[in-house]
Amino acid sequence: MLKLYGTELSSRLLLGTAQYPSPAILMDAVKASETAIVTVSLRREMAGGKSGDKFWSLIQSLGVHVLPNTAGCHTVKEAVLTAQMARDIFATNWIKLEVIGNHDTLQPDVFALVEAARILTADGFNVFPYTTDDLVVAERLLEAGCEVLMPWCAPIGSALGPLNLHALRALRGHFPEVPMIVDAGLGRPSHAATVMELGFDAILLNTAVAKAGDPVVMAAAFAKAVDAGHMAFHAGMLEPRDVAVPSTPVIGRAVFT
Amino acid sequence: MRILIKGAGVAGLTAAHELLARGGDITVLDPRRDTSATASWYAGGMLAPYCERESADEQVLELGLKAACWWEAALPGSVVRNGTLVLAPARDIRELDRFGSRTSGFSHVDAQELADLEPDLEGRFRRGLFFKEEAHLDPRRALTMLAEKLAASGVRFVSGEADGTFDVIVDCTGYGAAKPDLRGVRGEMLVLQTRDVSLARPVRLIHPRFPVYIVPRAHHIFMVGATMIESDATGPITARSMMELLNAAYSLHPAFGEAAILETGVGVRPAYADNFPRVQREGKVISINGLYRHGFLLAPTMAIQAAAMVFEYEKAA
Repeated sequence: MLKLYGTELSSRLLLGTAQYPSPAILMDAVKASETAIVTVSLRREMAGGKSGDKFWSLIQSLGVHVLPNTAGCHTVKEAVLTAQMARDIFATNWIKLEVIGNHDTLQPDVFALVEAARILTADGFNVFPYTTDDLVVAERLLEAGCEVLMPWCAPIGSALGPLNLHALRALRGHFPEVPMIVDAGLGRPSHAATVMELGFDAILLNTAVAKAGDPVVMAAAFAKAVDAGHMAFHAGMLEPRDVAVPSTPVIGRAVFT
Repeated sequence: MRILIKGAGVAGLTAAHELLARGGDITVLDPRRDTSATASWYAGGMLAPYCERESADEQVLELGLKAACWWEAALPGSVVRNGTLVLAPARDIRELDRFGSRTSGFSHVDAQELADLEPDLEGRFRRGLFFKEEAHLDPRRALTMLAEKLAASGVRFVSGEADGTFDVIVDCTGYGAAKPDLRGVRGEMLVLQTRDVSLARPVRLIHPRFPVYIVPRAHHIFMVGATMIESDATGPITARSMMELLNAAYSLHPAFGEAAILETGVGVRPAYADNFPRVQREGKVISINGLYRHGFLLAPTMAIQAAAMVFEYEKAA
């Protein structure tokens, strides 16, 4: 079973809660995905007023773990402040740490990320850092106190799927014991299966489900793909070969055929 | 039958229109007196059921298709049937295909066809989607005209206590109704004025992180809207929202950079969890609510449903 910061989780799919056509569809998608963790953004959903509370109570009624994020933060200070506000509002030490370094690619500012992770860990947070697939950055994040890593496989919302399988494989190979969740850039269930086949522990999705023609069915499809990839990894897959190998033995075949 | 309608926004006025047509004796009560306090005042006024289908349920398309005819019949001359143009900046051009795959009722237009439709946008976009059947109206003009027409036909408008007893109450108070399953979705908008750009129809600009529309009004005025924030806060527009709306207008045409900002506005859209409106009855109170971002598009259908319910109730009573 997947274990993140001491919490056992029944699902290897994490779902974001933004951009769905309606809260009703979001709730159905969460149920269909059987996810155990949803991510919630503090910045826009809760911009004052009581209605943010209503959105929040809808999320609470789902009975899943909530992973608040610092989406849209561009500096260490902003991210730390947002994390602290999220801790008060959502009553959890968990924080998905995002520090964006570039407007166009929304790629993480890994330097600020490591610094913010260090500050938040010292402050008692369980940090889930959204990072690139860079091995050295991963090392620094672990040194900063992170016990989970969330490497991207492509830019947020791009639906490109895993762009650098080599880097993901290296990351997995280098830190076999660290729970790693591939976050951002997945477009279709086959992408999720591919990443899970590499041995990653979980997947985080948002746009690929929220913006699908039928988000509820797509959530279920991703759940199956994540399971399939995970099972296949543990079942031990065949390595590709250059020549054909018959699946039926030829020796002993009747001589008169 | 004496009917009290609470709320003088688009839901209340369309309901008044339908009930009046069926012979009701109508009083419209709105303590705010001023229509500019309603969410409807900040609407875009796009009658764009095909475009809305991108993120809305099939029902919104089916019911929304009737809206333009209703408004034209109620207020002749108020509806402009020039269609909707959907564009994307060059770097987000693939988003147009995604939008197209989720909608119907459009044709692809190339740079030349685009220039023919909107000469001021010539050379700025290589392709777009044209939703020929769609329409738009000026929501403020429509609300004012409708209120005047109703008043001229004997509908009473009051802002304090409504006199006497009523057979039926129609609650159209939107987010103010404080229903537990209703939430507010904050929308912020801008009103710009520039003589340097003319548009014949609403233009939607697709951006992966922020869809925005620019609706032309009379006197070189443009409405730019609208944000969608899960909040019922009514405070002034935020700097960030203003920046995003202005960025979008500027990317449609740089002349918007020199436009005068006449107004910024904030409204709270009432919405149910499925973002679809409901007509409900509890005793002698019938409510129309949850119009979300589809006030002018769906209010006519909801008004017709509510009117039918009012007279069914009367028959039963």
